Amino acid sequence: MQTVFFYVFAALTVLCALMVVANPFSRNPVTSAMFLVLTIVSLAGLFVQLHAFFLAAVQVLVYAGAVMVLFLFVIMLLDLKEEERRKVRKFAVIAGGLAVAIIAVLFCTAIGQTTAGIGVQPILEGGTAALGELLFKHYLLPFEILSVLLLVAMVGVILLSKKDLK
Amino acid sequence: MDSQVAQYVPVLMLIGLAVLITGGMMVVSVLLGKRGRRTTIKDTAYECGMLPVGAGNTRLSVKFHLVAMLFILFDIEVVFLYPWAVVFKRMLAHPDTANLIFFAMLSFLGVLFVGYLYALKKKAFDWTH
Amino acid sequence: MMNWFNNLSPTSQFVLFSALKVVPAVLVMLFIVAYIVLVERRLCAFIQDRVGPNRAGPLGLLQPMADAVKAFLKEDFMPAHVRPVYYWLAPALVMIPSLLTLAVIPFGSQLGSQKMVVADLNVGILYTFGIVSLGVYGIVLAGYAANSKYPFMGGIRASAQMISYEVAMGLSVIPLFLLVGDLNLSTVIGDQTHGLFSWLVFRQPLAFAIFLCAAFAETNRTPFDLPEAEQELAGGYNVEYSSMKFALFFMGEYANMIAASAMMVTLFFGGWTLPFFGLDQPAATVLGGLVHIGIFLAKLLVLLVLFIWVRWMWPRFRYDQLMNLGWKGLVPLALANIVVTATWLWLKS
Repeated sequence: MQTVFFYVFAALTVLCALMVVANPFSRNPVTSAMFLVLTIVSLAGLFVQLHAFFLAAVQVLVYAGAVMVLFLFVIMLLDLKEEERRKVRKFAVIAGGLAVAIIAVLFCTAIGQTTAGIGVQPILEGGTAALGELLFKHYLLPFEILSVLLLVAMVGVILLSKKDLK
Repeated sequence: MDSQVAQYVPVLMLIGLAVLITGGMMVVSVLLGKRGRRTTIKDTAYECGMLPVGAGNTRLSVKFHLVAMLFILFDIEVVFLYPWAVVFKRMLAHPDTANLIFFAMLSFLGVLFVGYLYALKKKAFDWTH
Repeated sequence: MMNWFNNLSPTSQFVLFSALKVVPAVLVMLFIVAYIVLVERRLCAFIQDRVGPNRAGPLGLLQPMADAVKAFLKEDFMPAHVRPVYYWLAPALVMIPSLLTLAVIPFGSQLGSQKMVVADLNVGILYTFGIVSLGVYGIVLAGYAANSKYPFMGGIRASAQMISYEVAMGLSVIPLFLLVGDLNLSTVIGDQTHGLFSWLVFRQPLAFAIFLCAAFAETNRTPFDLPEAEQELAGGYNVEYSSMKFALFFMGEYANMIAASAMMVTLFFGGWTLPFFGLDQPAATVLGGLVHIGIFLAKLLVLLVLFIWVRWMWPRFRYDQLMNLGWKGLVPLALANIVVTATWLWLKS
């Protein structure tokens, strides 16, 4: 039963992700953004099946609810019109194909070599408490550095959009 | 399927039902609704009875972009506060971790509060500027 | 009958029970939406010293039916200048998230062996916030779909307002979880069963005040109803809509109000419990279970009336005042509340 759900959500994720970049019906950037929201939500469904309930909720909350709203704002801010189809250039195709091939090889070797997660049943304690303990006991330094990262981002945003002000 | 994953099945059912009800309501209203004529007046955008001026979508102020960006940053902060809140009491109970959990979040919030003060000083939250 | 039921596999039984909870929960929600509109109209008439709708049925009790029939029979008109796909999508995207927030709210203790909650999720509150954050899309897309100035401004304003207050809302409830130590909403209710003053509204009054303000802003109700300010925006993001699509926006607002009230009942007012007559323990009998559902609905109604009352008593904020209140008032207050609560717990340990 769970395998069926997995394939449904996986197919949905891939399909929506394809529609983001190659939608045959519409070249509207807003449509792409909305398909990206769908991709993120179905990805959250996959997280649920991995028992990563906290991640699933955060995926929806932060990516679908916050980041994508910013995307929509930017699309509307720049008043983007429907994209025109560009001519396909030979160089772009070759470079793109090469990049995809390299990434595919990298992924395949990485997945082939990894031992993490093989044959391990996900524990039900994949909830918030387990994550919190891990975060504050073992990954405290990255967590504190993250606050500096957020601070830098905040300063950057304000500096960029309030340039003309003293 | 074990119990927590199974709890998401009713959520899926609820999504299905919500989509069904909303879609059904819109379809029924199309089927039952009065058929009217199309006129030019009906097809113009409503601007309180005046003829529409200019394009439909005006360009947005950059302030909305700023608010959305700040929202993401604060949202990430909030998300990190939840696992902290859940383990806080448990880790306070242990003498080894009690100070750790308290000061870990205090410094996290402290750094972000500096950012908040910076935004405040730069008038990032002032809508009229 | 029972024989047939016992022959089902546990999975089918589970699905059947879930359906038996999901369908009535949604129907009751829609029923409350229909009647809270009537309550609002009667109450507003009372406040303004008028009579209000009293013609359809005794005391106007059939008015919601009349409104529904009207909404269905009106001409469903789509102006030529709109973006068709989004024009259809937006009303649905307003209505669906508000129905989905129902899932994690425990609306009663038990009926028989079934817990009266659609989905007893571990991440409880985060699920709700996730769904609430998706509610922005309906409104922003409604403005985009209309392809005309006032709806567009209304939609963008609404989304900026909603995301601003989402921060305050998310921060305001963290002290509760510092005290409770679990995100599951049934656990939150269980923590409030030690007498009246164990209700979190008495232990965290500031958190409740912030949450209440944020809830008003999230549901676009007065004093934060700028997105649909009639005088400035001619009605806001739903101007170009007619018939059932307009009604869906309207119902979505009330459904959001119900969801917000249900959240407040659960988080601050002890959910389905009452601290008297042993009503704070899960019910052993079917009657007791029904009483618990009744208590939940009664608390819900009180908060809904509060929403309505405030609307007809208070004027609207200006947009810069609204942004100031959110970012300069509620956010630092909520942060301070978190630090104070954490320090208190730390000193106590």
